[in-house]
Formats: sequence, structure tokens, C-alpha cells
Amino acid sequence: MSTIIFAIVIGAAFGAVLDRIGATNPNWIGKMLSLKHLHLMKTILLAIGTGSVLMFAGQMAGLVDVGHMDVKTVYTGVFIGGLMLGAGWAAAGYCPGTGVAAAATGRRDALFFVAGGLLGAAAYMVTYPAWEAWGLLEGAKLTLGTVPDAGYDGLIGLRGDVLGILLGLGFIAVAFVLPERPLGRTARVAAE
Amino acid sequence: MPLNWKTGGLLLGLVFFAAVLLVKPIGVSTQFVIFDAMIGDVANPDLITQTDEGYASTNAYLAKSGAKYAKNAANPLNYSFVFVLAMMAGAAGSALLRGGIGREERRLPAIWKANFGDTPWKRYAVAFAGGFIVLYGARLAGGCTSGHMMSGMMQTSLSGYIFAAGAFLAAIPVSMMMYSKEG
Repeated sequence: MSTIIFAIVIGAAFGAVLDRIGATNPNWIGKMLSLKHLHLMKTILLAIGTGSVLMFAGQMAGLVDVGHMDVKTVYTGVFIGGLMLGAGWAAAGYCPGTGVAAAATGRRDALFFVAGGLLGAAAYMVTYPAWEAWGLLEGAKLTLGTVPDAGYDGLIGLRGDVLGILLGLGFIAVAFVLPERPLGRTARVAAE
Repeated sequence: MPLNWKTGGLLLGLVFFAAVLLVKPIGVSTQFVIFDAMIGDVANPDLITQTDEGYASTNAYLAKSGAKYAKNAANPLNYSFVFVLAMMAGAAGSALLRGGIGREERRLPAIWKANFGDTPWKRYAVAFAGGFIVLYGARLAGGCTSGHMMSGMMQTSLSGYIFAAGAFLAAIPVSMMMYSKEG
């Protein structure tokens, strides 16, 4: 039962924050992915960095259960699927989480996105055996370094939790140095 | 206007951290499959069946990994599905508290209008097609922007980086071609 309470509290917080940072707004997604305004990119990089530093520091301090990590398998389909998701994300301005959240805030196009998504997921359910037969789903669960007691192999020999903190700080640093308007004044003038 | 990126990024990072501290990293796209499976099981009760050892499915995808997807579809009150329902409520509540999304924006986002004019049905068709390839791709990849990109890179997972590389490699040119005006 406690996990259901966590689901409600964390889920609601996630949805509310997605709304407040502009991630459920296709205008902000479009401006980010066409490199006109990276406000949202800075937000996400800072979030990944913050989460990473807190999680790995928490593990080292013994406060965070390493067993809560959930690393996904890397295989060829991850890259192909990433390309597909990227194309659709740019065209629609929604990804699975933000599409569902945007539909809940009353955006009509997001309802169409979710309907298309349910059909796309169903299409994958039907065609899954073909991908499996082609061997494109085979791989291993790898982290960049080796995280103590996590049970995943590391790509390089460094300690995974230390590397995780360093990379987290790196994400935070990139969030700070990334320009809000990389395409500069020309993009702004063109938009006006 | 959205939150300042420093405040927003910190809040989102704290939500990621709370998730992995208390339960597990955030992910969403699997729940499209779970919802499909629920509908499918109503239409065709043979899709998911309960056995002595647990659950089974006539669909190979629902049956994989010990039929964990079939099990979750048969028991909707599980963490990940309730998480998505709560996410919807959280987003809706937050939008209402800041005055709601304007009627015109709900009908047609400004960026679409700036680039393609007042063509809502064309927009809905693109959103539908976009949803299709996004979820097909997410299931092929085994995760989406939240599970792979955010939660994955946060955990230094190699798959998260590979996924993010693919996603941005496709997303940036498509977005630059389609949305040259900001709206």
C-alpha cells in the first residue's frame, strides 16, 4: 500500500513540475529542439545532474538503496527506437510522459498524440517477435563506471558512484554555460 | 512563462531523486502497453490468463520476462500505472492553479499557427502520427525520454546515452525543418 501512496505523491509532483517547467508545452519543446531557445534544455540538464549527484552521494553515505537503481539493457534497437522517438517528439512536440500530462491539462492535440501512441504501442506489441528474431534486442545492462553492489558491469574500470557524481556535476556545469539563445539574434529577428 | 530554469531544474532533480530514493527511477512509456493490454483483454479475454505460476499471454510481448506486463495489466493498482494517473492529475492541477491553458492554445499551439497557419486538423493528424512513431520507437528502445534519457543518464546507464544520441540526432533536424518560426 505504501508504494501506491508513493506513486500518487511522486507522480503528482512529477506531473506538476513538468507543467511548470514548460515541458508539456509544445511551443517550448519546438523552441528547444530547433535550438532557438534552450531554457528547457538547461532545466533538464540541471535536473539530471542534481538527481545524479544526490543519488550517488546518497549511495556512498548509505542513505540510498543501490537496489533501487534500474539500468536498462543496451542493444541496437535502443538507437533505432531513439531515432524514431526523436523524429516524432520533434514533429508532435510531445514525448510519452509530457503528451499524457498535456492531454490532462486540456490540450486537444495531445489527446490525438496519446491516441496515436496507444496505436503505436499496440503495433509494437504485434511486431515484437520480428525485432527479436533479427537479434536487435540482445544486449547487456551496462553502466559507465562500475557502481558498487549494483550488479551491473561497468564500461570502464572507474568507480561508478564517483564517476556518477562527477558526471552529475558535469551536467550541472553544462546547464550553466549553455546559452539560452544559441542561434542568437538572427533567430529572434526571424521570429518577429 | 515557465519557471526559471534553476528553480525548475532543481525541483525536477528532487523529484527524480525522491523516486529513486523511495521506489525506483521514473518511467512512463511502458504504461501505454499496459493500457493497451487492458483494452485488449476486455475485447479478447484470452489475451491475458491467470495460471498456477502467475500470468500468461497469447501476445509474445506481454508474455516476455515472466509475463510481467500481463501481470501489471491484470492488476492496474500497481506503482507504475498509478504513477502515470497521478502525473496526469498533478499536471492538470498545476495548470489550473496557474490559471489554465488558454482556449486558443488548447485548440492549436502558437508554434503550429506561426508555421502552418490556422490548420487544427492538420495539427491533430501530425500529433497522432507523431504519437504513433514516438511510442513505437520508445517500446523498441525499451524506454522513453523519462526512462531512458532522464532516469538513464542520471544512473550513468550506457543505454540512456545511446538513446539520447539517437533521439537528438533525429529531433533537431526535424524540428529545424518544421518549425522555423517560433510562434
